[in-house]
Amino acid sequence: MAEEFFIQGNEACAKGAIAAGCRFFAGYPITPSTEVAETLARELPKVGGSFVQMEDEIGSAGAIIGGSWGGTKSMTATSGPGISLMQENIGYAFMTETPIVIVDVQRGSPSTAQPTMASQSDMMQARWGSHGDYEPIALSPSSVQEFFDFTIKAFNLAEEYRCPVFVMADEVIGHMREKIVVDEDIEIVARKRPEKSDDYLPFENIENGTTPMPAFGDGFDIHVTGLTHDERGYPDTNTPETHHNLVKRICDKVLNNKDKICSVKSESCEDADIIIVSYGAPVRSAVEAVNRARANNQKVGYVKLDTPWPFPDEQLKEITKNASDVLVVEMNLGQMYHEVDRVLKDADVHLMGVIGGLLPTPDEILDEINKIGGN
Amino acid sequence: MRTEIRICGFGGQGIILAGIILGKSASLFDEKEAVQTQSYGPEARGGASKCEVVISDTEVDYPKVQNPDILVAMSNEALIKYIVDLKDNGTLIVDPGTTDVEDVRDFIDEHNIEVYEAPATKTATDEIGLKIVANIVMVGAITKITKVISKEAAVKAIEASVPKGTEEKNIAAFEAGYALAE
Amino acid sequence: MSENKNRFLPYLREDRLPHIFCPGCGNGAIINAFLAAMEKADMDFDNIAMVSGIGCSSRIPGYIKCDSLHTTHGRALSFATGLKTANKDLDVVVFTGDGDAASIGGNHLIHAARRNINLTVICINNNIYGMTGGQISPTSPKGSFGTTAPYGNLDAPFKLAELVAAAGASYSARWTTVQMENLVLSIKAGLKNKGFSFIEVATQCPTYFGRKNKLKTPTAMAAVMKANTVFKSAADRKNLVRKLLSTLHIQQNYRWII
Repeated sequence: MAEEFFIQGNEACAKGAIAAGCRFFAGYPITPSTEVAETLARELPKVGGSFVQMEDEIGSAGAIIGGSWGGTKSMTATSGPGISLMQENIGYAFMTETPIVIVDVQRGSPSTAQPTMASQSDMMQARWGSHGDYEPIALSPSSVQEFFDFTIKAFNLAEEYRCPVFVMADEVIGHMREKIVVDEDIEIVARKRPEKSDDYLPFENIENGTTPMPAFGDGFDIHVTGLTHDERGYPDTNTPETHHNLVKRICDKVLNNKDKICSVKSESCEDADIIIVSYGAPVRSAVEAVNRARANNQKVGYVKLDTPWPFPDEQLKEITKNASDVLVVEMNLGQMYHEVDRVLKDADVHLMGVIGGLLPTPDEILDEINKIGGN
Repeated sequence: MRTEIRICGFGGQGIILAGIILGKSASLFDEKEAVQTQSYGPEARGGASKCEVVISDTEVDYPKVQNPDILVAMSNEALIKYIVDLKDNGTLIVDPGTTDVEDVRDFIDEHNIEVYEAPATKTATDEIGLKIVANIVMVGAITKITKVISKEAAVKAIEASVPKGTEEKNIAAFEAGYALAE
Repeated sequence: MSENKNRFLPYLREDRLPHIFCPGCGNGAIINAFLAAMEKADMDFDNIAMVSGIGCSSRIPGYIKCDSLHTTHGRALSFATGLKTANKDLDVVVFTGDGDAASIGGNHLIHAARRNINLTVICINNNIYGMTGGQISPTSPKGSFGTTAPYGNLDAPFKLAELVAAAGASYSARWTTVQMENLVLSIKAGLKNKGFSFIEVATQCPTYFGRKNKLKTPTAMAAVMKANTVFKSAADRKNLVRKLLSTLHIQQNYRWII
C-alpha cells in the first residue's frame, strides 16, 4: 500500500535516498541542505547504513567515492559553497566512473551570500565546475514529491551510466513541506557487479557505455586512478589515444543516451505563441502564470526541464517549434538561458532572471509575458 | 478555493508546529492540497517569526503566501510586522494575552478586518497547566473560527505530529482552543 | 634465475614494472617492509585495499596487486574513511607522503586521527615534494633548501607522529629507512591495532632533497638519518631529567622569594 507523508523537501530527499538503496552518506553541515544530513544521520543506522560528518565538503565528496568503491550506494548533500569545494573530487568521480549522488540545495550566491534564501545559481557549476571535459547528469525537482522521486532516479542513473549524478534543488523545494506519496513498488537499479573472468576490463572501451563495476574486496585487484588510464585502469598519461578514447567514452555514454536520460514536461504548448521554460521551484510560478494567461485567452504554455543536464535540446526544439517567443524563468542572472538561446534558432529567447532569494511570482511572470506580447 | 494562512509570533511558541499541523490536516486527512513554508535564519531565532500555509481544493502551484486570508498573531511585535499583507475583509486571530489589537486598529478599520480574540496562552496555562501547548490551543481556535480544516483531521494530525506520550494533553489543548471560539 | 627474484614479487603487479621511482629512493625498501609486516601480522593479502593521494609515495598502491584507489592530492584519508565505513570488513591501508598528508591533506589527517578510524597509514616523509621536482614541504627542516626555498626554508617543520598522536590516533610511530627491522615490527603493530595507526617513515630523496642539501648519495642521507635519530625511550629519559632539573630550579627560586 502506498504511504503518505507531509514532510520537508530535504526530508523527502533523504527518504528517497534510502528507498533507492543508499547506505552511506558523508556530508558537512550547510544551510539550506542540512536537513538531508540530519535525517540520514537518524535514519541510515536503522537500515544498516552509515553516516559520517566529515571535516569539510572536499572530504565528503572523497568519502562517498570511497564508499561507492566499497560497494555501497553513496550520497552527499550540500549548497553553493560546499559544491565549490567538492569540484576536485567530482572530477575524480567522472574520470574514475564512480556512481555517486550529489544533492545541491541551492542558495543565494556567489560566495556565502544568502544561506536561507533560494537561487539556482549553481547550474553551470554542475555542468562545468570541475576542470576538464565531462558530461554530467542533473535533475531539478519542483515539488517535494519530485525531490523524493528524482533522488531515486539520480541513484538509478548513476548506476546505469556509472557516473556522478546531481540533484539540483533549491531552498524553496528543500525547505517547504508538502504531501508525498511513497509507492510500494519503486523501480530501483541495483549495482551491476562483473562476473569473475580473466579478460574482465574495469574500464573497457565500450561504445556509449561502461562495464559493470566490482567492489573492493570482490577479488578483482582493481586499480582506480584519476590519471588517464587504460582499460585495465593502469595509468597511461602520455599516450594521446588512451586519453582521447577514455574521455570521449566518458562523454559519449551520456551524450549518446540523451533520449533515454533527458526528461522534459510541457503543457499548453501546441498552439502557444509564448512558451515559458523553467526548472525547479520557478516551475510552480510558471504553471500558475500559464493557467491565468489561458483563462485570459492568452496563448501561453510552459516547458519544465526535469533534467537540465544533459541539456534536452532536441525535445525543447520540438516542443517550441511553433512559438514565436520563449521566456526562460530562472533564479540567477541567466545560466540555462544561454543553453535555450543557443538551441532555439527560430524563436526570440527572453530571460527573466530573478536574484535576491525570492521565488518569482506568477504576477511577475505575467508582466513579462505581457511585455513580450506587446512587442 | 485557495486559502492563505500566516501564523506569527516569537521563537519558541511552536508557531512552526501549528502550521505543520494545519498543512498535515488538510493534505493527509481532509483530501485537500497544502504547502507549508516558514522563515529561516536569524529571523527564526527569537524576534518575530512566521509560518505560512496554503490550503487549496486543487493543486497548489505557487507555494508561497503573498496576501494571507487569515493572520494568526501570538506576539505583538509579529502582529505589527506581519499584518501589512492581510487581505481586505481578511480574518485576524490574536492572543489578547500577548498582543494588543489597538496597535493595529487603523489597519483593521481601513481593510475591514474581522477580528477574533483567542486567549491561547492563558487557556494553556490555566486549563491544561502547560504554557507550551498554547500553539495547539490556537490550532483549536483556528479550526473552529475558519473551518479551513476539519476537526477530525486536526485531531489526527496532532496525534501524528506531537511527541509520543503527549498526545492526550495536546488533544485537550486543541479541544480547549476549539471551545474558546464557541 | 627464479631464486634471484624478490620474494615479495607475487604481491606486485608485474605487468606494471618497471616502476617510476628514482635510484636510491626509499620507497622500494618501505614496500618490502610493509609486505614483510603484513606477513608477520598474518594479514589476509586478499582482504587488503589500498588508498593513496598524489605524490611519489602515493604511486605505491599502483604496483601492488590489490584493490587500490589512487585519489586526489591530500584527500586519500577521506576516500579511505568512506571505503572503510561502507565496507567494514576490508583492511584499508593508506600510503601517503609529507606533502600529501601534512600540507594539502593536513585537515583530513587530524580528523581521521581524531575519529581513530581503523586505518593503517604509512606516511613516507622525504621532507620535500619529489613528484613536482624539489619544492619545500611542511616537514622540510628549517634552513633546508628546495626550489621554492632558494635562500633556505624559513618555517619550522611539523612533527607528524606527535601531531597525529595529539589528534587522537591510538597508534603513532616514527621510524627511518635505516631501521628496517623496527619499521617492520611497527607496521605490524599498526596493522594489528584496531584504530587509526600512523607510521611515519623518514626516508631519503637523493634526487631532490639530497641534491639541494649537499647530501648527494643515498648513503650520505642514510648516515645523516642514523646520526640524528634517537629512540623515544632514550629521548624520554633525557626529557625527564631535564624536567626534574627545571623543577628543582623553580623550588630554589621559590625559597629565595620567601
